[in-house]
Amino acid sequence: MTTDRIGVRKTYKLFIGGAFPRSESGRSYPVRSASGEFLANAALASRKDVRDAVRAARAAVPKWSAATPYNRGQILYRIAEMLEGRRAQFVDEVALSEGGSDAARTVDAAVDRWVWYAGWADKIAQVYGGANPVAGPYFNVSTPEPCGVVGIVSPQASSLLGLVSVVAPAIVSGTTAVVLASEDRPLPAITLAEVLATSDLPGGVVNLLTGRVAETAPWLAAHMDVNALDLTGVTDAGLATELERAAAENLKRVLRPVQPDWFAEPAIDRMTALLETKTVWHPKGV
Amino acid sequence: MAFEYAPAPESRSIVDIRPSYGLFIGGELVSGSGGRIKTVNPATEEVLAEVVEADASDVDAAVAAARAAFDGAWGRMPGRERAKYLYRIARIVQERARELAVLESIDNGKPIRESRDVDIPLVAAHFFYYAGWADKLRYAVAGPRPGSQPGGTRPLGVAGQVIPWNFPLLMLAWKIAPALACGNTVVLKPAETTPLSALAFAEICQQASLPPGVVNIITGAGETGRLLVEHPGVDKVAFTGSTEVGRLIARAVAGTRKRVTLELGGKAANIVFEDAPIDQAVEGIVNGIFFNQGHVCCAGSRLLVQESIADELLEALKRRMALLRVGDPLDKNTDVGAINSAAQLARIRELSAVGEAEGASRWSAPCVLPERGYWFAPTLFTGVSQAHRIAREEIFGPVLSVLTFRTPAEAVEKANNTPYGLSAGVWTEKGSRILAIADQLRAGVVWANTFNRFDPASPFGGYKESGYGREGGRHGLEAYLDH
Amino acid sequence: MTATLAEVARSEAALRAFLHGLPGVDQVGAEQRAAMLGTRSIKTTAKQWAIDLAIRMVDLTTLEGADTPGKVRALSAKARRPDPADLSCPSVAAVCVYPSMVSTAVDAVSGSGVRVASVATAFPSGQAPLPVKLADVGAAVRDGADEIDMVINRGAFLSGRYLEVYDEIVAVRGACGGAHLKVILETGELATYDNVRRASWLAMLAGADFIKTSTGKVQPAATPPVTLVMLEAVRDFQAATGRQVGVKPAGGIRTSKDAIKYLVLVNETVGEEWLTPDRFRLGASTLLNDLLMQRTRMATGRYSGPDYFTLD
Repeated sequence: MTTDRIGVRKTYKLFIGGAFPRSESGRSYPVRSASGEFLANAALASRKDVRDAVRAARAAVPKWSAATPYNRGQILYRIAEMLEGRRAQFVDEVALSEGGSDAARTVDAAVDRWVWYAGWADKIAQVYGGANPVAGPYFNVSTPEPCGVVGIVSPQASSLLGLVSVVAPAIVSGTTAVVLASEDRPLPAITLAEVLATSDLPGGVVNLLTGRVAETAPWLAAHMDVNALDLTGVTDAGLATELERAAAENLKRVLRPVQPDWFAEPAIDRMTALLETKTVWHPKGV
Repeated sequence: MAFEYAPAPESRSIVDIRPSYGLFIGGELVSGSGGRIKTVNPATEEVLAEVVEADASDVDAAVAAARAAFDGAWGRMPGRERAKYLYRIARIVQERARELAVLESIDNGKPIRESRDVDIPLVAAHFFYYAGWADKLRYAVAGPRPGSQPGGTRPLGVAGQVIPWNFPLLMLAWKIAPALACGNTVVLKPAETTPLSALAFAEICQQASLPPGVVNIITGAGETGRLLVEHPGVDKVAFTGSTEVGRLIARAVAGTRKRVTLELGGKAANIVFEDAPIDQAVEGIVNGIFFNQGHVCCAGSRLLVQESIADELLEALKRRMALLRVGDPLDKNTDVGAINSAAQLARIRELSAVGEAEGASRWSAPCVLPERGYWFAPTLFTGVSQAHRIAREEIFGPVLSVLTFRTPAEAVEKANNTPYGLSAGVWTEKGSRILAIADQLRAGVVWANTFNRFDPASPFGGYKESGYGREGGRHGLEAYLDH
Repeated sequence: MTATLAEVARSEAALRAFLHGLPGVDQVGAEQRAAMLGTRSIKTTAKQWAIDLAIRMVDLTTLEGADTPGKVRALSAKARRPDPADLSCPSVAAVCVYPSMVSTAVDAVSGSGVRVASVATAFPSGQAPLPVKLADVGAAVRDGADEIDMVINRGAFLSGRYLEVYDEIVAVRGACGGAHLKVILETGELATYDNVRRASWLAMLAGADFIKTSTGKVQPAATPPVTLVMLEAVRDFQAATGRQVGVKPAGGIRTSKDAIKYLVLVNETVGEEWLTPDRFRLGASTLLNDLLMQRTRMATGRYSGPDYFTLD
């Protein structure tokens, strides 16, 4: 009598500074499929995990923002290659997490979305910056610059396509991110973290926390070393308002919650919202 | 005790040069009906291979294949899918980088250090850069045409592209990447003395599973180029080469619907002010005229040095030139390789003789030139004035003409006093001066405190008789869109 | 020294005008030149020659609070005979130690031709009154040091008190007697290549026999572009005065590949007259074993391992 082979199940952990630690709180929570079956225990992130993730994101800023745009584009393109390589795994996880029959189309769109953003790395400055024709003997040019560290609340329902649509635009220009995954559908996010860890993305550029948005987001929103806050995935209007108020303390740039059609081609506003613009003047004279 | 560098040859075994090649048409290598021409290794004069000299029926077939692809799969393909083909090509170029660099050095004569560190990486970078534009064209143009479709951009159709021998694969990348990104199909003719890397590129297109007919490569000489440019099935002509031929092309397309861009010759002024960072300026001068054996349209072939530092600068320049290592292109320590052809060598020699006859003082870097092959020692002429032929005509070789000036205004005047207008260099530590001079120079590319820097994101092209249109950057897409 | 150059240090204003009048250094251009020279491919006979030369140029260094006579004796033994398994291997140029260790080193290298270099002048910070710094030099010289590696007063330099820096170097030169003087610029603290050029000239005008990049206690220590700028200064100083000053990069030179890159820099900036331990040194400790490993590989054809080379 032959026995069926027992599978080796994956442990789902946080992704901070390029490594996969458990939550410092030691807590976890059960993740269920769209049809209610138990899938895994995901780490339940605490405020200290948020603190550590922000520290890792900040530490990664100098190197990531100083990389040439070509280099960032290459790294993001490599991520797309890794995503494509794991297509089957993602299709399974998206199907389990979201239900429905759209998983394959969703994963393809997510990979293509990532490729679209990768191609912006060495172009956004040409579209969003430029020479300004001032009235005087001055050379004047505006260039976009990354804002530093952004905290992102990912979409709750669109666990992969929505996720890449908020993460890629944030990092393509040199910003680093602390990402709160979809509370109930975090598994594709953690697999994405594995993809990031095996591409050439420096540790700390993307940090991923799983857990309860209402518990972790306020710490991110109030953190004085975070420069911007993307509230896209906050579904509770009251919470969104509180978070925006907390963010006001150090004047973070805030993106308010939205629920777009994630399949539609985006505009460039998700990138530009997280960009500073630096304008330099220099006289012209012999 | 002298530090002699032992020979450090890059191995040839990585390339596989076939004795003869066909034409790449409709995704296949076909034998074509034209005659045959040989391509030679300029460092040794050894015959490398035979290629086809495409005739009228070959050109017809290539244009027809490009048209079929444009009307078919390629024309219907969304930008994001075209992008993925271009990304594949970029990746394959990276994977085969060493092989392509060796092949380029063997066929062209340029040092392996340059083909390895400059040419081939830029080839990959151009394909990567333009891959990313393929699905973003609506952001590339400054506003859609009134009445045009949503998105506002359309490709032109079939592009006929003719490229020179000085940066064979790089010039191919400058032409093909933006054309394909915009949704056009191409027929490209490499130069007759450097066909091999383009034929290797044909194989790369096959490895990338590029739909047949999107890229067609036809080899040949001037006549093949003329047939291609004048073919009624070509919607867009792109040419890089001499101003003389550029003129012929401009005449040939007159009155037709064909759009044309031309990147032609130059006689760039490299202006060194008295407050320049001297050691880096010397590097910039050397790089400006001796990089790629001076076979560069934007070469800094006229040094304009402020009189107050002229002696000091020239002494430093000669000292630096004496360190240039001229020799085997496949030796990793070679700085200056072979002249591309016997014809080009004859021209360089002729104009250098003219320089002496005109009364300029000639100085060449001491170096031992190999017996076989086409070689010319890095040379400079001092005591040159604007009226000399060597200050006006493009030599396209490792020959620098040195003139002096007293004031910024005089420098600008001399720099602009030429029918060409491709590039210029400015060396000074004073920022305002850089910007003021850059403003006044009538040149499409101004390099300040650097020279010969290229990037796919940076538009390149000339004023006046150096041609029109820009390659690289967002501007490089305009030539390939009907907007 | 030419008449005009001798005048340069007669006042703070004159010295400042001279140093600030030197041509600037474009950072990107200098770094590119150094990087391009780093692509030179040095193989076979050229590599063997370069490795042996590099060994002969090493100033084998120990500058730790925990140094003891035992440690210095072991270092000196290695300096005399770097590879006990191969007696054809040349000795290094010098051992470099703190003043308190000079007598031990002198005894330990006696008769071998290896020189004893001592750091001095309140190395590495230089933050002490001048009499203390001169006494430091005096002690090392009395105990038999052949060479003194001093540090310049970076605080004075960065606040523009050039004449003070100059006068200190002149005073130290005097205290050296017959010992040769290396002046450490601490390029990592000078921060710009323009400053490195100015400090190089200042040290040479004040009588330095060698200019040295770093103490090795501050990052960054020696780098190819910084060394390039110093070599260019030395070249220009020779053209102006006829005097040849040596150059010593120190700190961060770990592999044979690194060492050979520096030799290429020397070769293509100042030329073969500087390709001798009298004009060029490499301040290092772990470098020596990598040079020995490469030397062995070139001789035997096999990659070696650390077990085959002594730690001391």
